[in-house]
Amino acid sequence: MMLSAQDLVWRAGRRAIVDRVSLDVRPGEFLGLVGPNGSGKTSLIAMLAGLRAPASGTVTLAGKPLGRMSRRDLAHRIALVEQQAETGERLTAREAVALGRTPHLSALSPWSSRDDAIVDKAMADVDMAHLASRSWQTLSGGERQRLHIARALAQEPRILILDEPTNHLDIEHQIGLLDLVRSQDLTVVAALHDLNHAAMFCDRIAVMQAGRLVALGTPADILTRRRLAEVFRVDASVEIDAAGACFIRYRRPAAMPRARHAAS
Amino acid sequence: MTSLPLPSAEVDASQARPALAPLRFVAGGLVAAATLAAALALGAAVGETSIPVETVAKTVANRLWGAGHALDPIDEGIVWNYRIARALVAACCGASLALCGVVLQSLLRNALADPYILGISAGASSGAVAVAILGLGSGFVSLSLGAFAGALLAFGLVALLALGAGRGPAAIILAGIAGSQLFNALTSFVVTKSATADQARGIMFWLLGNLSGVRWPDVSLAVPVALGGLLICLAHARALDAFAFGSRSAASLGVPVKRVYAVLIAACAFMTATMVSIVGSIGFVGLVIPHAARLVVGVRHGRLLPASALIGATFMIAADVLSRTVIPGQVLPIGVMTALVGAPAFAMILIHRPVAR
Ligand SMILES: Nc1ncnc2c1ncn2[C@@H]1O[C@H](COP(=O)(O)OP(=O)(O)OP(=O)(O)O)[C@@H](O)[C@H]1O
Ligand SMILES: [Mg+2]
Repeated sequence: MMLSAQDLVWRAGRRAIVDRVSLDVRPGEFLGLVGPNGSGKTSLIAMLAGLRAPASGTVTLAGKPLGRMSRRDLAHRIALVEQQAETGERLTAREAVALGRTPHLSALSPWSSRDDAIVDKAMADVDMAHLASRSWQTLSGGERQRLHIARALAQEPRILILDEPTNHLDIEHQIGLLDLVRSQDLTVVAALHDLNHAAMFCDRIAVMQAGRLVALGTPADILTRRRLAEVFRVDASVEIDAAGACFIRYRRPAAMPRARHAAS
Repeated sequence: MTSLPLPSAEVDASQARPALAPLRFVAGGLVAAATLAAALALGAAVGETSIPVETVAKTVANRLWGAGHALDPIDEGIVWNYRIARALVAACCGASLALCGVVLQSLLRNALADPYILGISAGASSGAVAVAILGLGSGFVSLSLGAFAGALLAFGLVALLALGAGRGPAAIILAGIAGSQLFNALTSFVVTKSATADQARGIMFWLLGNLSGVRWPDVSLAVPVALGGLLICLAHARALDAFAFGSRSAASLGVPVKRVYAVLIAACAFMTATMVSIVGSIGFVGLVIPHAARLVVGVRHGRLLPASALIGATFMIAADVLSRTVIPGQVLPIGVMTALVGAPAFAMILIHRPVAR
């Protein structure tokens, strides 16, 4: 099922936050979305997930514009983990994950033991089964993040859209989680800040800069020293090993031209 | 709940066993029906002249299926025409206000939301004042109808303002505050400018809630509205659950957010306006009962909604009984009673609430 964006534009006031972005997410791929803070990743994701109507352009899923699909149909196919989502309700960890079953439930198909099994599995997948009955408010940031991801998995989507999923996670869980997501039979779009993770897990990487999609390709093509300097303003060397995997090593900024305000 | 990490066997046991779900459902229903029946019976039995519960039961049997028990016609009249009607309306009113409280607290993601946040009680009081003091409708429009019209007018204004101000929870709350302030000011203006001392006192009594005038026609209005409202809310229980992490998250879980907002807020406005127009604006029930119910049954709306309705109904019947009996020979406004009990209860909940960030 191809998720595809054509000429997406979204504006806040007169400023184009997302500026003519076209992009095909191929079935089964892990597409990374990278770019500096404020480059428009979250805004683009909101449109890809069908949560925000673009000012112009369209997003289609298997050829059908998202705007013409019902919320429920969409939720059967696309799950989203937001960058920030909090609650004041006194939910338990498991109840938060169980919300992922919402689009599959109705008066005619009420909660069943199959739903229980799916929720249990999602909790176990993110290594949270032991905290199932803990109250949400007592969980750490990383634990909450893992539950958000479990909820998205419990939704059983075809396409999983993640906005900085590794936020708050320790390194073991960062890598474990990306690996978990990658090993599922899912199409994944993930906004990532860690470029080494992007290199490690993504089939392709899309680079956003000031609302524009400035590059799209395999990690080895995208993560070049020059692009890192241009887009992210860091000095880094990129090694590509025999297997084609790419590793980035950053250097201290002393070697870079100073930022403008520091020079004056 | 500062629950400690439990050993995994206990964790499993704490999850609802699916096989037990229908059983629990039936048991819950029975408990609810029994509680409500007991409260209604008590509401009908207790009063200035107390009447045995047995007489109440016989009266109901006589009236509903012509059982033909021999009863004192005066007792029977008091029970049937006044007290049962009154208890039923109190129950409907308590249930509706509590339901609206749950729904609005959940949709607006605000623990302090109550049914009157939409400007309804303020509008109702303006409508009532317009009829009672300014003589709008020149005798053909009842106080209730005036209040109902005022409530809907205020709600319409608040809704328009909220739509214009960006639709989100904050917009709705702020629009509600603006609307409430405006209509409260209008009410005060009219009362201070035109009301006689007696009228002012009467209006104040009405504003604090008054069930004295309730008769069967009110029951036949209140019951369908409360039941209909309960059904609409229950049909949206899962959608309300999905709002736990905000409306965006609800949307990504497949909830048609705009439609749910429109249906539920309109339903709440209609329920509240109806109840307020029958009994006046009774405070605190819509704010406190949802919190109390959450402590008892948790936050999932499939249980929270019916539990709140039940607790609200029972609480209101009890408050009505108290308001009639606390001071012999005098009926206190029921709103005074609900707030006198409600405010300390709310304080307790606030103190014992688990510390949340
Ligand atoms: N509703 C809005 N009104 C005005 N400006 C907005 C709005 N939403 C986003 N922006 C701006 O659009 C830009 C892009 O925001 P966005 O959240 O998409 O960035 P991002 O790439 O996800 O950044 P980050 O890496 O920090 O998450 C930012 O400059 C932000 O301030
Ligand atoms: Mg972002």
